[in-house]
Amino acid sequence: MRYLPLNDDDRRAMLERIGVSSIDDLFRDVPASAREPQFDLPLHAGESEVERMLSRFALANTGAGECAFFCGAGAYRHHVPASVDYLIQRSEFLTSYTPYQPEISQGTLQTLFEFQTQVAAITAMEIANASMYDGSTGAAEAVLMAHRVTGRNRAVLSGNLHPHYADTIRTMAGLAGEIVVTPPVPGSADEISEQIDNNTSCVVVQNPDVFGSIRDLAPLAQVAHSKGALLVVVFTEAVSLGLVRPPGAMGADIVAGEGQSLGNALNFGGPYVGLFASRERFVRQMPGRLAGQTADVEGRRGFVLTLSAREQHIRREKATSNICTNSGLCALAFTIHLSLLGETGLRKLARLNHARAVTLAESLVAIPEVELATPAFFNEFTLRLPRPAAEVVETLAGRGVLAGVPASRLFPSHTGCENLLIVAATETNAESDIDLYRDELGGVLAR
Amino acid sequence: MNVQDKPASGNRAASPGGTYSGDHALQHEEPLIFERGRTDVSGVDIPDVEIGPRHLAGLERVGEIGIPGLSEPEAIRHYVRLSQLNAAIDTGFYPLGSCTMKHNPRLGEKVARFAGFADVHPLQPQRTVQGALALIAELARWLKELTGMPAVAMTPRAGAHGELCGIIAIRAALENRGDKRPIILVPESAHGTNPATAALCGFSVKSIKATGEGRVDLASLTQALSSQVAALMLTNPNTSGLFERDMIAIADALHAAGAYFYCDGANFNAIMGRVKPGDLGVDAMHINLHKTFSTPHGGGGPGAGPVVFSERLAPFAPLPLLVEDDRGFRLIEDSREAQPASPFGRMAAFHGQMGMFVRALAYMMSHGRDGLRQASGDAVLSANYILASLKDVISAPYDGSCMHEALFDDTFLKGTSITTLDVAKRLIDEGFHPMTVYFPLTVHGAMLVEPTESESKRTLDRFIAVMRGLAAEAISGDPAGFKQAPVFAPRRRLDETAAARNPVLRWKP
Amino acid sequence: MDEIRFTESHEWLRMENGIATVGISRYAAEQLGDVVHIELPVPGKTLEKGAEAAVVESVKAASEIYAPVSGEVTAANRDLATGLGRISTEPEEAWLFRIRMSNPSEAERLMTRDQYRDYLKGL
Repeated sequence: MRYLPLNDDDRRAMLERIGVSSIDDLFRDVPASAREPQFDLPLHAGESEVERMLSRFALANTGAGECAFFCGAGAYRHHVPASVDYLIQRSEFLTSYTPYQPEISQGTLQTLFEFQTQVAAITAMEIANASMYDGSTGAAEAVLMAHRVTGRNRAVLSGNLHPHYADTIRTMAGLAGEIVVTPPVPGSADEISEQIDNNTSCVVVQNPDVFGSIRDLAPLAQVAHSKGALLVVVFTEAVSLGLVRPPGAMGADIVAGEGQSLGNALNFGGPYVGLFASRERFVRQMPGRLAGQTADVEGRRGFVLTLSAREQHIRREKATSNICTNSGLCALAFTIHLSLLGETGLRKLARLNHARAVTLAESLVAIPEVELATPAFFNEFTLRLPRPAAEVVETLAGRGVLAGVPASRLFPSHTGCENLLIVAATETNAESDIDLYRDELGGVLAR
Repeated sequence: MNVQDKPASGNRAASPGGTYSGDHALQHEEPLIFERGRTDVSGVDIPDVEIGPRHLAGLERVGEIGIPGLSEPEAIRHYVRLSQLNAAIDTGFYPLGSCTMKHNPRLGEKVARFAGFADVHPLQPQRTVQGALALIAELARWLKELTGMPAVAMTPRAGAHGELCGIIAIRAALENRGDKRPIILVPESAHGTNPATAALCGFSVKSIKATGEGRVDLASLTQALSSQVAALMLTNPNTSGLFERDMIAIADALHAAGAYFYCDGANFNAIMGRVKPGDLGVDAMHINLHKTFSTPHGGGGPGAGPVVFSERLAPFAPLPLLVEDDRGFRLIEDSREAQPASPFGRMAAFHGQMGMFVRALAYMMSHGRDGLRQASGDAVLSANYILASLKDVISAPYDGSCMHEALFDDTFLKGTSITTLDVAKRLIDEGFHPMTVYFPLTVHGAMLVEPTESESKRTLDRFIAVMRGLAAEAISGDPAGFKQAPVFAPRRRLDETAAARNPVLRWKP
Repeated sequence: MDEIRFTESHEWLRMENGIATVGISRYAAEQLGDVVHIELPVPGKTLEKGAEAAVVESVKAASEIYAPVSGEVTAANRDLATGLGRISTEPEEAWLFRIRMSNPSEAERLMTRDQYRDYLKGL
């Protein structure tokens, strides 16, 4: 077996030192009835064989690059510079553990410190942590954190929050208090302010929301703060922060975002990277790891994991979260991509995304009976079609267009969503993709 | 903003070994990007397009964002240099107990990047992702077969997230039978995630003691059981590196009391391909794909923590459910379609850590059932070899053989001023990543050594020789080499107290 | 005369005019290492004997401080936040909070310095 360095001579010598005659003897604590079960699994296989077997699975999917691609709703297809993927495969990044021994982990720790600074800057918040699993679990952690900060336990969720996020919050925070979700209102602000009462710890809103709409959250922040509640802002498209007013400038107290758009592939949904930022005074209620700056005994700057007494390995049942493994390597990809972009690149990228989406939206609404349901948007918008969107998407998939995500897939129990189609455009869409989409959609609807 | 690299001072540092540059041959001092980059520089060429205000509703971002950019060569050098400051499995022995730092085959990296996996959107029409769904189903089959359990939830994003999934399922099952039980039992030696998870699910945690030989005390467990106990969370092999011999009796006692048995699968590497936890009466167990099935740890993640379930808990597994019918694979994403099952909800957006699934399946297929059995055998053999080769000079708290981790304590340091931490820091100077220290909490000055199956006998022998040397030096009366260590690493010991008292969590101009 | 008393969970307390001043013992401070953060009770809060009153954190551990006696918190030592090192260097001066005792007899059952010294020997 190519991954196992020991040979039978080694094993014999080692067994001799241990004083047993076989490896099986080392398993004598296993109850007799559970020893040596049968496994209905194949024997080992060579690299080329495994690659061939896995290729078969891969080839049975339609890759986004094979068609005109417009899916978003929480995951976005962006171009990732080749150097990002090269750098994250450096052995010393890829095959290291959590940086518990800072003297020999400065590479990971410094990149995390840089990551935290970047995340704080793009969200316009004071501090950020070293990553969560993804946006959805980060949003749930934000609710739990708001409970701790306010001493209250009722969370009000916007109906325009991605339903998977709302469901994740229900799962992870539902045991800690009440969760209220308002009905979705595509294209405009939902009536969330009215739901805030004196036991509300936070309101959770997404911007751009699941339909792609952008809005000014400052008035909502004002209402929330006047009732002692926090504003939790979620985003799923990090590139929007290069163009759209950031959460910190609209009164956000905690921000939980999905960072997949920068540095990370679609990956059929994971692994992704949760961005998590907040006000500095809440830092001891934050979940997850934090890298902090300090100095070594010779006075040289260095970085360590800090404020660990919040975390499960020290605080156990009183920890701020049970999170241990996070999304370190995805955070690394994010920070490298953002370092390459810089401020100038991020702004240009965001403008290009918006421009593509505007072009697409304008060419699609020129089709009879197709309406734009979301007048204000970044790179994603919702169309109202004259017939159920799911059928249209299925038909277009057969014609080389992955046309977006039908709202009915995300909101199966809400009537009124059947004809809504959530469409995203990014810098990866060529003009010809947009033309193909317009022609095919026009053709399908004309029939 | 835009603070440039400080130029070399032109003064050679006064200390021995000082240089004009501050660098030392291959070891470079690397500034932060905020000190090196400029906000007007970008390493990505993007067309500068004009946009109109029509669809932005007056919400355009104004003011400086505050993030510099680097040209591509500068970026590559920055991150390559930073990488060189890290220890990694690829560069050296990394016997970090509880973490299973085994070799990460590059085949996994290659196949996970196939466009058919990496460039596929989670919400594409399902008939365009039949291969991805089939792969998840195939991995699920391997996990169920290896654990002897009938069901698996694939979506948890890491081990602790898997624990959460398992405990919520237990809660749902109890609620389903109208049973409110407020307590979860957790051994004192458990990973911190176990009590943290139980607390997150609204349970109170009751600690149970271990026997003098480092295993769960069946008598205290039985005594602690009542109609108030929802479950026991137990790691097996346990955090002391020992197999819980009484697993079946523990399971029987729990079930007789109406409680569930949650097994923390963090140490599954010791028994994969040899023991099926389902045969031991387990109701739920998460599997850390990033440990046992070798998806890279990546400096802290990402991982994946699928949870296998017994028949009793299977109906409560979270959405989405993956089913196969004559039209192919299909995801059930709406609980109304899940009947007769009653999923408790959703663990995260989308359908799981696909990138980890591909790598884990590549690893499993490569080993096959015979290779996995040999791997767990070699992991256990290597740990016992270290234990047998060191226990005459380094104190081990428990007698007998171990599983895949060798546990030592600090009794051998008694009378010296040297601590477990000093030993760990000295190992850094010796070119090894230290073992896990001060865990489990039940053993004083614990040192938990997990060699995994990936090390040659030559590496194990070098480690043993170094540890024997350190043990002899420790009792010789001169602690200096321990107290000053590390002296050869990129940094000496860092002031963690200052870092925590006055947290500096981001760069500021 | 030394009016100090100790608990089995390593708090000390001094009594004056029905008010108990509470801190952590030298032994506890040594076990904990350098303190990096404390959370103190809000004055006015009523605590039962044995209730969690404060938290003292070091880099590697967090330790709950329990109320050694029942009563109402009358003061918290906010000045400590800027001099956390005092908890290690002069633990019996670095008080954490004060309680107006509702049941002073509770204090009588705590250990004297000699008893505490013997108690530590047995650990």
